[in-house]
Amino acid sequence: MGLGRFAMRRARGAVVLVCGAIVLNFLLIHLAPGDPALMLAGEAGGTSEETLAEIRRDFGLDRPLPVQLAVYLGQILRGNLGYSYFYRQPVLELIGARVPATLLLATTALAIAWLLGVGFGVLVAWRPRALASHALAVFALVGYSMPVFWTAIMLVLLFSVKLAWLPTHGMVTTGLEGGLAASLVDVAAHLVLPAASLGLVLMALYSRLTRATMRDVLVSDFVRTGRAKGVGEARLVLVHALRNALLPVITVAGIQLGQVLAGAILVETVFAWPGMGRLAFDSILRRDYPLLLGIMLCSSMVVIAFNLLTDICYGILDPRIRHR
Amino acid sequence: MLTRRQTLGFLGMLPVAGATLAGPRRAGAQATPARGGTLKMVAREPLVLNNGIQSGIHAGMPGCQLFAGLVQLDEKFQPRPYLAEKWDVSKDHRTYTFQLVRGATFHDGKPITAEDVKFSLEMVKAHHTFGGPMFRAVEAIDTPSATTVVVRLAHPYPAFLPSLHPVTLPIVPRHVFGDGQEIKKHPANTRPVGSGPFRFVDWKRGTALTLERYDGFFRKGRPSLDRVIFEYISDPSTRANAMETGEANYTPFGYVSIADARRLAQLPTLALTTKGYGGVGWVVYVNVNLRHEKLQHLKVRQAIAHAIDRDFIVSEILSGFGKPLWSPIHSSSPHHNADVPKYAYSLERANQLLDEAGFKRGADGTRFPLTVDAGTNTVEIQTHTTEYLVAQLKKIGIAATHRPSPDFPTFASRMGSWNYDICLDSSYNMPDPVIGVERMWVSSNIKKAVYTNTAGYSNPEVDKCFASAQRTPDAKERKALYARAQQLIATDLPCIFVVEPTYYTLYNRELVGLPEDVHGPQNPYDGVSSLKGKRA
Repeated sequence: MGLGRFAMRRARGAVVLVCGAIVLNFLLIHLAPGDPALMLAGEAGGTSEETLAEIRRDFGLDRPLPVQLAVYLGQILRGNLGYSYFYRQPVLELIGARVPATLLLATTALAIAWLLGVGFGVLVAWRPRALASHALAVFALVGYSMPVFWTAIMLVLLFSVKLAWLPTHGMVTTGLEGGLAASLVDVAAHLVLPAASLGLVLMALYSRLTRATMRDVLVSDFVRTGRAKGVGEARLVLVHALRNALLPVITVAGIQLGQVLAGAILVETVFAWPGMGRLAFDSILRRDYPLLLGIMLCSSMVVIAFNLLTDICYGILDPRIRHR
Repeated sequence: MLTRRQTLGFLGMLPVAGATLAGPRRAGAQATPARGGTLKMVAREPLVLNNGIQSGIHAGMPGCQLFAGLVQLDEKFQPRPYLAEKWDVSKDHRTYTFQLVRGATFHDGKPITAEDVKFSLEMVKAHHTFGGPMFRAVEAIDTPSATTVVVRLAHPYPAFLPSLHPVTLPIVPRHVFGDGQEIKKHPANTRPVGSGPFRFVDWKRGTALTLERYDGFFRKGRPSLDRVIFEYISDPSTRANAMETGEANYTPFGYVSIADARRLAQLPTLALTTKGYGGVGWVVYVNVNLRHEKLQHLKVRQAIAHAIDRDFIVSEILSGFGKPLWSPIHSSSPHHNADVPKYAYSLERANQLLDEAGFKRGADGTRFPLTVDAGTNTVEIQTHTTEYLVAQLKKIGIAATHRPSPDFPTFASRMGSWNYDICLDSSYNMPDPVIGVERMWVSSNIKKAVYTNTAGYSNPEVDKCFASAQRTPDAKERKALYARAQQLIATDLPCIFVVEPTYYTLYNRELVGLPEDVHGPQNPYDGVSSLKGKRA
């Protein structure tokens, strides 16, 4: 089978998967108890049944569930993700406004995880008996075992509250005066802790994975041959061995994107980071169905797209897979 | 009048600081108030900024900065002039004539007129959650001149004046909100042109709301602060951290946990106060579904009332931030009646009552099962007090199980569909019983909606007391009617009263003159100044 046909077949599967995800998300949300109308009518009470009925009518919540689903699917086909109950703004606009913050956080976290994780993994595999390696192995184990939100809280307590080096929350200092440079420094300072919290878990994962594959590769024949030929140790490890050891790490990184997005919900909530994760958290509490569905649709699509890319990469790297 | 309020605000702070009146630093700060500085509040995000169509404290706090009201209230619920500099009440208590401050302007520079007051009142009456009941008595509003408003009531209505505070009646510009667009969807609800001490600058949804001083505010020389910022943080420990590091300097309504608040109040920069919540009247009770076949029996309800050790809840769970509650009206209200039946803690008495009711313990030691719900609340109430209640019920042979609600919508739909046995719940009295108390007890409000008379309680005499009290202008007579209603309710026990927890405000000592009257944080911050501000 040619690569084009293989990719097409996988893409068709992905489209089916997206449709399934939309319907499943919709049903899942509506199965949860709770009524957005009650939420909107205000928490201080004295809500009249007329107001509730009016809100339900406004948002089409008084119609049967299958009709609501059909209306929703029709909207999506027209590229319209609906209107947020809470913010009273188009969902697409709201998500669009939050994407840059999440993107900044996720890419920084991934960069930290990649650089440190792979670096530590190589070191530990290469010099397993060194004291630093033992320390790093423990660090990785602890990092991987700790829940993201707990890591986040501990980092804040140390670096923001005790040492007062970094801000506790947010992406910018509200009301900050100064030029572009000051703003960039401000955002960078706010970024350090959330990115570190989110990156730490992934870092630990990558470092353990790199260590494991590196160990296998380091005892393989071609490394021994290289050594026998007199290739320098650094070049041997960092170029020859690492290139081979990285393949599984890349695969996992692609698949782990879902974990980054899930972790972002917790980290963004703890740090009041104005990204999609926090938007998701708040809209669950507010039963803001259209917004939550929009966010779930976007993250489903991102995860499915990355899995598709990983699949296609596999097809390129290992043509045998295409024929299975 | 301004000096008096300032002095009161100032006096109110002293017990917290534990100092005497002659503190030179504070006295100096009062004589030449520093101008400038920022009040940065850790808050939660409202739906819209127009608190005339949206109830709740999240809208009320920014609303009182953006919009002025006709009156403010003092610590005794008495109205004090604000946008209305004076008023006359007719002999029959049915006609109120208000004189507005001359030269007052909206944030776009246009004058605030009687027409705007009329428009605002009509907007609240038609669109606010409890605007209907609050202003039902208003029959007609006349505007004989640009600064004179005459309101005619259908009957004497003593709750009228207290309802004219900006938290319940914000004065909005008719030329903006009355342009023909639907009020509830008006774009100005999220970018308002206001009449209050601070004007709208920016609202980054999900992040922060920034307001700045309106230099044309009608109270000369005010406000003192440059800016008021509301920062939205969902996580309570993140809120506490922001207060600890000084990134925020004000957090009211128990937005941080009691444990954090007490710990942080030990810091030299921070202080804690419980003042300013009299108008909220937060009461916690066990809401009983009277349709339940066991709970129909008065003795069963009395048994539950006897099984709760309120002092334990106050001292151990609330760390002293509260008082036992025995009647539906909060002790800070002038209408509170302390002389009602009380159900002293006694498991023995509780067991005896259940036996008498005919629900003897079975072979397994239990009498009957009961589901315990809990409303969305602070962790101390929603989790700890509910767990305590379940444990106590088990001690008297009621096989209680806690059915937690993950969030407000879940809880609200259970209550709204009468799908509960008992529920540890709470609500706000609001400044007047007409607004916040009556709704739970009158039979006309037995509705399928949360915070109504979901219990299904009906006592014609209680109905009559509330109906008459609503129209009785004489304060003493009115108090007597509410006293009678409380007596009846505490005897019928359609609901088991537990505690009135105290809200608390954690603030940075840099802020001086924080409002501490009955509306506390839901007040204009025009009298607040910052020691970090520049000297005038």
